Amino acid sequence: MQTTFRIIDEDGIHARPATALVNTATKFKDTEAYAEAKGKKVTLKSILGVLSLGLEAGDTLSLITEGTEEAEAMKALQEIMIKEGLGELHE
Amino acid sequence: MSKISGIAASAGIAVARAFILEHPDYTITKTAISDIDAEVAKLNDALAKSKAELQVIKERTLAELGEKKAEIFESHLLILEDPELISPVTDKIREESVNADYALNVIATQFIEMFENMKSAYLQERAADMRDVTKRVLNHLLGIHYVSPAEISEEVIVIAQDLTPSDTAQLNRKFVKGFTTNIGGRTSHSAIMARSLEIPAVVGTKDVLSKVKTGDLVIVDGLNGDVLINPSEAEVAEYISKQKAYDLQIAEWKKLRDEPTVSADGKHVELAANIGTPNDVNGVIENGGEGVGLYRTEFLYMGRDKLPSEEIQYNAYRTVLENMKGKPVVVRTLDIGGDKELPYLELPKEMNPFLGFRAIRLCLDRQDIFRTQLRALLRASVHGDLRIMFPMIAVLSEFRAARDLLLEEKAKLKEEGIEVSDNIQLGIMVEIPSTAVLADQFAKEVDFFSIGTNDLIQYTMAADRMNERVSYLYQPYNPAILRLVKMVIDAAHAEGKWTGMCGEMAGDTTAIPLLLGLGLDEFSMSATSILPARSQISKLSAADMKDLAAKALQLGTAEEVAVLVQSIGN
Repeated sequence: MQTTFRIIDEDGIHARPATALVNTATKFKDTEAYAEAKGKKVTLKSILGVLSLGLEAGDTLSLITEGTEEAEAMKALQEIMIKEGLGELHE
Repeated sequence: MSKISGIAASAGIAVARAFILEHPDYTITKTAISDIDAEVAKLNDALAKSKAELQVIKERTLAELGEKKAEIFESHLLILEDPELISPVTDKIREESVNADYALNVIATQFIEMFENMKSAYLQERAADMRDVTKRVLNHLLGIHYVSPAEISEEVIVIAQDLTPSDTAQLNRKFVKGFTTNIGGRTSHSAIMARSLEIPAVVGTKDVLSKVKTGDLVIVDGLNGDVLINPSEAEVAEYISKQKAYDLQIAEWKKLRDEPTVSADGKHVELAANIGTPNDVNGVIENGGEGVGLYRTEFLYMGRDKLPSEEIQYNAYRTVLENMKGKPVVVRTLDIGGDKELPYLELPKEMNPFLGFRAIRLCLDRQDIFRTQLRALLRASVHGDLRIMFPMIAVLSEFRAARDLLLEEKAKLKEEGIEVSDNIQLGIMVEIPSTAVLADQFAKEVDFFSIGTNDLIQYTMAADRMNERVSYLYQPYNPAILRLVKMVIDAAHAEGKWTGMCGEMAGDTTAIPLLLGLGLDEFSMSATSILPARSQISKLSAADMKDLAAKALQLGTAEEVAVLVQSIGN
């Protein structure tokens, strides 16, 4: 399952929202979660991975979930993106 | 017992065990490991211990400072659990049979470099988090016992080479009873912080660090500038009674709290306080401040990773104005550069930062930064008696340009239907000799002057106050300085304006009689100096001090001036 966002926060994805995304992704043990941007794909269960994407305002980011709870995981991640004011859906 | 002397930087006496604040040496050597499983276990053990520490710090920060400050430790915890970090380190230990600290350092350095090379200034700053986390794990791997100042949880006296702004920001006043450092002077950052936190401090001892061990009993006498190491019981008793006497005197001064500041012959002057954050306002009120003479806004910009938004600034300014309940508040616009850097502004290193791109020079160039601050100030102006002052003005055109930007923003706000006060006084800091000399011309256009003596003295004497070899030239009582001060005050009075002073000199007991005599209208100082100053001024005759100042202006040296002032038995 894949959803694409455009980053609107002027800081891009910074430490606090990145922490929230990683914490949420980690809750879903049997589901893999990835972030893909700028031709790089990293696991969402790694804060260093997420920060290494160097996401800034205006960048496009795809979240990908794969596994038994992929729909729930995606919904939870989407909520974080919206709640943290990070992105708008871009489809 | 041994006793060493330094510079009394913040009044009071403290007795407690020593806490050595030293940044340890992280030299790492690559060694071949035979028992690989044991090395991996060592890594896991260090990670677990680091996590446990962070958990405690996080919870304490949450309880004491709130969720926002605790967030940073949450992300540190995640880094310690990060498979992208842990797997490569473990692989390196296993594949290359190397020591855990070496493997960790190599991988962590890759991440640090990755962050440092990022385009966004914010992400570049994350390199500091990575370093911090790595050091925490290395402490366990290398057997280094390091406690950061934020983690101090018992009453101590902090002993350090020097305290950086980030060290002092982390000091918990509840536990840190006093501090003493090898370097620094009365006006160094750590000394100023100590006075605003009201912690006794002795700085510039040269070698306290080498003479004290963690756990030694230490007395910091911030009244006389002495540090006693492992004192006898009798000495402890003596100092505790001194401490009590000091507390008693403080209590006496407190009686003057709600009184105006009036000289023996009835001249009224205003005693205001210098503050750095809205939290300092309580101290101003407790110490009977008649206003805020200098609100240093740069702290809003420091200790964070990006510029503060208009909203953050507005809230801070509004809080100060509201809590001062209609008393005047002089806000100094951003004074960054020199010894105060903001990493996220990415300013190039300069050969002479004190003579370089700083304060108003930077603000007039980076109008995006300046306009945001002006808007926040203008919006806050309806909540009290706001006065705005521009720092480091060297020429009239700088003042005019800053004023015009302010007026532009004011007009815009009014157009947007936002209320702005029409009674905002607009002034300048006088800290550059050119401005002091030309004060008569400036006085026609500004509403007030505030003399920043720390910079005015060092620019007049061409001597860096932090350089111990030339610090003898930092001479507030030098007649050259007094004459400049007089020029500024006279120029203001000729135009019906007022002059304040917000440098260290305004709270100096030797300088006060002279400044009163020169006709200074407002004295702005550390909150804790206000009541002693009020008590001192109440015993002085302004008319007599006018004669004293006239004599001082005709002397040749600072020493002669000091002797003259002492002759009045002040």
